[in-house]
Amino acid sequence: MPMLYDLLIAPFADFEFMRRALAGTMALALGAGPIGVFLMLRRMSLVGDAMAHAILPGAALGFLISGLSLFAMTAGGLIAGCVVALLTGLVSRLTELKEDAALATFYLLALALGVTIVSVKGTNIDLLHVLFGSVLALDDPTLLLIAGNATLTLIVLALIYRPLVIECVDPGFLRSVSRAGGPAHLAFLALVVINLVSGFHALGTLLAVGIMMLPAATGRFWSRDITAMILIAAACGVVSGYAGLLISFHSGVPSGPAIILVAGAFYVVSVLFGPVGGLARQALPRRHLEA
Amino acid sequence: MSAALQFRDLTLGYDRHPAVHHLDGAVAAGALVAVVGPNGAGKSTLFKGIAGVLKPLAGTIARGGLKARDIAYLPQAAEIDRSFPINVYDMVAMGLWRRTGLFGGIDRNLRDTMEHALAGVGLTGFEDRPIATLSGGQMQRMLFARLLLQDAKLIVLDEPFNAVDAKTSADLFDLVRRWHGEQRTVLAALHDIDFVRMNFPETLLLAREPVAWGETKDVLTAENLLTARRMCEAFDEHAAECVEPVHADAL
Repeated sequence: MPMLYDLLIAPFADFEFMRRALAGTMALALGAGPIGVFLMLRRMSLVGDAMAHAILPGAALGFLISGLSLFAMTAGGLIAGCVVALLTGLVSRLTELKEDAALATFYLLALALGVTIVSVKGTNIDLLHVLFGSVLALDDPTLLLIAGNATLTLIVLALIYRPLVIECVDPGFLRSVSRAGGPAHLAFLALVVINLVSGFHALGTLLAVGIMMLPAATGRFWSRDITAMILIAAACGVVSGYAGLLISFHSGVPSGPAIILVAGAFYVVSVLFGPVGGLARQALPRRHLEA
Repeated sequence: MSAALQFRDLTLGYDRHPAVHHLDGAVAAGALVAVVGPNGAGKSTLFKGIAGVLKPLAGTIARGGLKARDIAYLPQAAEIDRSFPINVYDMVAMGLWRRTGLFGGIDRNLRDTMEHALAGVGLTGFEDRPIATLSGGQMQRMLFARLLLQDAKLIVLDEPFNAVDAKTSADLFDLVRRWHGEQRTVLAALHDIDFVRMNFPETLLLAREPVAWGETKDVLTAENLLTARRMCEAFDEHAAECVEPVHADAL
């Protein structure tokens, strides 16, 4: 038992930075998981990725102006993210262009721009911080920001849940009964942005989408029900955060990638053995039923 | 009788090309109207216009005081994402939108209404089935259950019996007949001329221009059907601007 304690609990009991990291990743996972499920169901998985990169130049500009300051980088990232979200949302609503296409070219451009801006002023350490986050160095304001974003996400998601779901399944029907579709869509995109900003602080611009999309994709292999999918995604994110931090603590690998790798492992196992469309289920034909 | 729908010199179309050209006329409240015509005749376009999904290029549609959202509209190819993880019950419950809105719950009363609707389309026991597992006919039954719950004064059905078997279309038409009995106004686009002759008192024969509109037996004459069939389907990319509205007074 003491060994298990040392392995599973002691790192968090003994070190405050580990507790902060755990609280941060848990809050992050609770908000980002459900958002990821909707992104996936709306076939916008890559949009999340592109948007994460869109945040970078904004955050980098904030960095350029006032160094590694939470406020400047968050504000910059939020503004850049919202501008892009709004523009792509409008473009895909008003034109024939799908959101993926509207964002695809933007993605590399934004990354290149962001890295360039950071390099102008900062060091390689700053660059690493921006690209891969600093989950082990979350200060109070950052932690509050992440927790606040997660809270806001869950509340807003509850408010727009119905039109959001209907817009995913049958957009034509929603248009015919209500005008809530447009505002719900924009609110959703705003939630994507604030969660990516949270993810950006904890996991960096390159991995922020990981805690959003991997648990969501995992959920898809375990349930055909959207509520269950959302719960599974959030739970999977939380467990990935906990396990990733432990692995990182004991083995010395960087924590952000460790968290995403654990989430990735859940995903791979789900693809192989998930009860809903997993490969093993497909490969092992069972006798058909009577009716 | 008051008009549920009044078209005045209505032209609907895409990119300035008319798909429904200079339609005049009225649908009386409580009427059961078949809209017939070859592919590309503008039936779906007309329905989109009625449902308010498509803005007229010219002319107007008066909906007799109804808002576009008070109209139950079943599109021909509903943009339903059939892989979406939602079950039949939740899908049908969308029909309650006008009563529940964004946040309203489904109380015992509404639950009973839903059970009735599902029984009415023969889908009792399908409540928990994901929509991905439904057959084409079951899907259509489910959409009719949703229409039932919408409880609309005006119901617009775009080729509702396409690709469903005889039993299903008979069952679903029973509902249409019931709506007609309840004084609801129903418009349906159909291709089965014999079926229309037997079941619809009133018909609009459309071939971009309205060919004929009135009592079914007067409209579906061999001559009229031939005229409709001669309609040219393709848009003329170099068509001149339509200046002189050809009024359909001759009808």
